[in-house]
Amino acid sequence: MKAKNKRANSKARRRGAREAVDPDSHYDLRLYVAGQTPKSLAAFANLKKLCEVHLTGKYRIEVIDLMSKPQRAREDQIIAIPTLVRRLPQPIKKIIGDLCDTHKTLTGLDLETRRDGTND
Amino acid sequence: MIRKKAITKNRTLPKSRTGIKGLDEITDGGLPKGRPTLVCGGAGCGKSMLGVEFLVRGATEFNEPGVLMTFEETPEDVIKNARSLGFDIDDLVAKKKLFLDFVRVERSEIQETGEYDLEGIFVRLNYAIEHTGAKRVVLDTIESLFVGLTNISILRAELRRLFNWLKEKGVTAIITGEKGDGTLTRNGLEEYVSDCVIMLDHRVIDQVSTRRLRVVKYRGSTHGTNEYPFLINEQGFSVLPISSLGLSHDVSSERIPTGIERLDVMLGGKGYYRGSSVLISGTAGTGKSSMASYFVDAASRRNEKSLYFAFEESPQQIMRNMRSIGLNLEPWVKKGLLQYHSSRPTLYGLETHLAVMHKQIQEFQPRAVVIDPISNLVSTGSSTEVGSMLLRLVDFLKSEGITALFTSLTAMDSNSLEQTDVGISSVMDTWLLLRDIELGGERNRGLYVLKSRGMAHSNQIREFLLTNDGIDLRDVYVGPEGVLTGSMRLAQEAREKADKLARQLDVEAKRRTLERKRQAIEAQIAALRAEFEGAEVELSKELKEGAARAKQFEIDEEDMARSRQADAGRSRPMDMGRVRQTDKAVARRNGESSPEL
Repeated sequence: MKAKNKRANSKARRRGAREAVDPDSHYDLRLYVAGQTPKSLAAFANLKKLCEVHLTGKYRIEVIDLMSKPQRAREDQIIAIPTLVRRLPQPIKKIIGDLCDTHKTLTGLDLETRRDGTND
Repeated sequence: MIRKKAITKNRTLPKSRTGIKGLDEITDGGLPKGRPTLVCGGAGCGKSMLGVEFLVRGATEFNEPGVLMTFEETPEDVIKNARSLGFDIDDLVAKKKLFLDFVRVERSEIQETGEYDLEGIFVRLNYAIEHTGAKRVVLDTIESLFVGLTNISILRAELRRLFNWLKEKGVTAIITGEKGDGTLTRNGLEEYVSDCVIMLDHRVIDQVSTRRLRVVKYRGSTHGTNEYPFLINEQGFSVLPISSLGLSHDVSSERIPTGIERLDVMLGGKGYYRGSSVLISGTAGTGKSSMASYFVDAASRRNEKSLYFAFEESPQQIMRNMRSIGLNLEPWVKKGLLQYHSSRPTLYGLETHLAVMHKQIQEFQPRAVVIDPISNLVSTGSSTEVGSMLLRLVDFLKSEGITALFTSLTAMDSNSLEQTDVGISSVMDTWLLLRDIELGGERNRGLYVLKSRGMAHSNQIREFLLTNDGIDLRDVYVGPEGVLTGSMRLAQEAREKADKLARQLDVEAKRRTLERKRQAIEAQIAALRAEFEGAEVELSKELKEGAARAKQFEIDEEDMARSRQADAGRSRPMDMGRVRQTDKAVARRNGESSPEL
């Protein structure tokens, strides 16, 4: 619903909506993995790199290995591995995959607007 | 390895009983153990219910805990829905016999970037299976993932991996899938789950819906191939493998009374065979239901349970009407010996009717069943469908050894009375025909036995009377004037009675005349005898007088001789002459001429 609205609104408004997220707010991120799989390792590496660039000093990454805490998968509604969950700032966002596409990841975390103006 | 084991062990596939009524029969023992089964069908066909019941039965009856992973329904909804089938999911969850996991996939919340897998689902399932020690898993409906995720190639690869993983885990799984356009499932799940596929269907024909189940395939096992009707009601799911019955049932030579004495006499003196099927056909108002009621009454009197399916009247109405002919069925109902099941034929489809009857019969376990009438069911299906349905019902009843009585209404304008609308007479063992006999401005009921297999039966038409005191069968009048019934029969009987009386009177009169004649003649004889006796007396008196007189004369003569005693000394030699003289003297005195004169 939200995404639809966003698309419908003008660019200016969208920028305004994005700016509603305090640029200085703290980012609480969780990465769900299942063992040391290549995909998980890649995801962690990609995330780390991205945070260092875009969220210097205001992020926290918690890695949850479902192999040791399987019940967490149910509690947090995880289906895919790896899954990145942005717990803060609200609302909760989920990004699945190894995060190799930096742009998509940033969009998913609301750190960058989509390349709508030209692409959409 | 596994395959080898299966072959060497015994050639049959290990199966996991579902506990669902009828399904285990169709699948010849249940679902393939340790393998996934695909259950597909359209919306609202009962896929989820089948899955839930499979788990609940497993947990409660076979001590096999289960995991239910839902993708559409929340656990609260599942619990609520299952409660309507009488299953207490909460309790099973609390006892760790069941594990619910709701997987929410919301496309708008998820951003995909790069490679991923569905290990999350594996982890969750694995956790649930380990947590409960589950032997059964239901995934309902995993196809939702196709809506939530965009990378179809990953999804397909992961599903294939998931099903293989389930096999490795050795859990018996049910995967549900929505029916697609021309395919079993919308996203081709049948590609991955190919051991056993069950299709559910919810069809509406002429505004009447029927649920059906079919085993599309079952690798390595025999299974019923037909479409079987099934029901979902407060006791859960039940499939009815009715059409799988054959003609190999046992037969009984026990005879049971019909409830009408005279009819028993017509049927070889003993009534119907137990476990046979009886058809009572006839035009409207000929007393079919009354005969059926007498039959159940007789069964109740023997302390046997009977089940009465009424498609025209409510139980109260039947009981009221039967009271009017002196039959009180209410005590039997109260005693639990008689159970009515009234429903309109249009309430559901034929198959469902059959299913309901099947279920009721299995629950109540009656010895006798009445279906009144079968002809009404035609309104819910074509004649051939009704025929096949009744055939299956008859087969089922026979295999259970239940005596079945069907009534059938024959259309008034039907060319032949000896024809049922549904054409099932050939499967009936006994066929009684009730018909109207119109004569002399009135209509009367006639009954005859059209056929009765395996017994000598009467070939006579009987007049069938419904009186305040019950059913009465009377001989019809057959005479020079043809077959007479009703008041014409009564009139004829009266006439005959009068004739007989007249004849009797006639004979009486003749006898009296004869008697009189005899008496008259006897009187004459008596008179003659009296006359004769009178004459006899007279005559003997005269004879006696004659004799006395003769004696007197002799005495007189002697006296005279004595008085003449002149020559007594001479008298001796002259004796002869004196006698002769004496005789002459007597004759002279009597005035008779002597021969000497």
